[in-house]
Amino acid sequence: MENINFGILIVDDEKIVRESLQKWFKEDGYTVDVAESAAEALKKLQIKSYDLAFVDIKMPGMDGLELQRRLKEIDKSLTVVIITAFASVESAVQALKEGAYDYVTKPIAPDELSHLVSNVVNQKKILQENIQLRQKIDERTQYDEIIGESQQIKKVFELITSVAKTDTTVLIRGESGTGKELVARVIHANSSRKYFPIIPVNCGALNDNLLESELFGHEKGAFTGAQYRRKGKFEMADGGTIFFDEIGNVSNQLQVDLLRVLETRQFIRLGSEQLINVDVRVICATNRDLELAVRERKFREDLYYRLNVFTIFLPPLRERRTDIPLLVQHFIQKFSRIMNKPIAQIDPDAMDVLVRYDWPGNIRELANAIERAMVVGKPPAIKKEDLPFQISVSNGIKPSSDSLEEIERLHILKVLNQCNWNISKAAGVLDIDRATLYNKISRYKLR
Amino acid sequence: MDIAILGFRFYKGLNIKSLCENASSIFSLNVSFTNGVLDVGLAYDSIRGQYNSTLLLNLLKQSKIKSYASKIIGLTDLDLFVPILTYVFGEAELNGQAAVVSSHRLHNEFYGLPKDDSLLQNRILKEIMHELGHTLGLIHCSDNKCVMHSSTYVEDIDLKDNSLCESCKKLI
Repeated sequence: MENINFGILIVDDEKIVRESLQKWFKEDGYTVDVAESAAEALKKLQIKSYDLAFVDIKMPGMDGLELQRRLKEIDKSLTVVIITAFASVESAVQALKEGAYDYVTKPIAPDELSHLVSNVVNQKKILQENIQLRQKIDERTQYDEIIGESQQIKKVFELITSVAKTDTTVLIRGESGTGKELVARVIHANSSRKYFPIIPVNCGALNDNLLESELFGHEKGAFTGAQYRRKGKFEMADGGTIFFDEIGNVSNQLQVDLLRVLETRQFIRLGSEQLINVDVRVICATNRDLELAVRERKFREDLYYRLNVFTIFLPPLRERRTDIPLLVQHFIQKFSRIMNKPIAQIDPDAMDVLVRYDWPGNIRELANAIERAMVVGKPPAIKKEDLPFQISVSNGIKPSSDSLEEIERLHILKVLNQCNWNISKAAGVLDIDRATLYNKISRYKLR
Repeated sequence: MDIAILGFRFYKGLNIKSLCENASSIFSLNVSFTNGVLDVGLAYDSIRGQYNSTLLLNLLKQSKIKSYASKIIGLTDLDLFVPILTYVFGEAELNGQAAVVSSHRLHNEFYGLPKDDSLLQNRILKEIMHELGHTLGLIHCSDNKCVMHSSTYVEDIDLKDNSLCESCKKLI
């Protein structure tokens, strides 16, 4: 906030006070108005908004305390500082109780006045940023990051909508790359906890000891290397959501600890004895067969039931092929913007390859494929050749016909790719001689 | 543009010639010094034991120097105040004609430290430039090295340079 945009109103019946304060603040570049009475101040506030008002506590007619109440009725966000003589400190304290930001005693030390105003300015700046950030968060609460119109994805939308506003624990299941974390974030962004953080914890990436310290935090000296007290993820997520990715990979010991926290919402930092209460919503994700893990006693049954309250299954991409064109278009737009590259389309045969591919890595693999194609491709459109080789020729592609020639062509191509086009090796795998393989490569125009 | 520094009840240990030369070179203006007399009793507040700087500004504007100088900077060793504040190092008319600078609280001795006239001279130069900047329409600058940065402690004055930052230079 530029000082010129910060409005100060000085209300004092003494002309000398009004003038000297006005002059002082004008030298700092603030916009300053003065009023010699409460009535004039109220009039000014009706037609113009101010950030800060200095109000003399003793004025003829309406006093500073009453004026403060009236000013706050007009503009709740107005910061009021009471100006008082030494004898009326008690009234100033009363003013503080009624919401004044501070009071200053005449005469004011220049450094005190300077600090006071810069503190108010900083506070207003933070408040403004906070409002802007909340607006940004509100804008992000739409579901527009989840792309698709298939029945399967519509079902996912419905489930997200029904569970987001509650505090219910959610278990998101699906293959790797199906967008489990994205769904968790959308649930959080549409919940009443959206102004608090969502803290992701990748349970598969950390060993037991590290994960325990990551989750619960530690005190200084709790273990070798613990030089400082550190908050854990549970504390960081207080008021918001904690997202456990790959929950199926948590060790037995940690499962016990987790179960206890989920039941009591209480935990102890490593090296401490003090119980800490947290208010967190839990969202978990896994690509493992948790039921099998329970049967094999690798995952605690009680924890399974605690987590498996509301489950969202994310379909693999191959089961919602109709969404692939939409996703492709979304990623083209996204990478075109990031790379500042004017590619906005994709050739139909390249799209055909993408729709027919099985996408074992799901959306993550698709996004990577498009990103790569955007790097190597030339405007205005992505071509088939721009796609990663293993996609455009892989065995994931269904043959265009059931003719023996087509099946043979694709099979030879697959083996050649597997052998990195080492002709001798590929010929060995195919159990034909090198000359025959060369002939077939030429005949099928594989190179 | 001619700038006149009018010294009244000022500290005699100053190197006036150097002060004027430095101020001239920094602002590229013609700065001269005159030893003057003002009826400062009119600005004296017996309860506070200080001099009202706003009243001193009025006295400066009424002085004879007004006839030849575009800006008048009063320099004094008196302790100055404006009614709402406990003290000021100086006061100026924003985009106006007059300013006044006090060396009273710029002496090291005021803070129980050993006398240092060289440091005092430097502080006075910065304060003269600061108040002169206000008369030229400059407001406080957020650059803490710029001479137009607001100073409420004497240490703030020592931290800043005796020059204008690039943004302030462009404004005059």
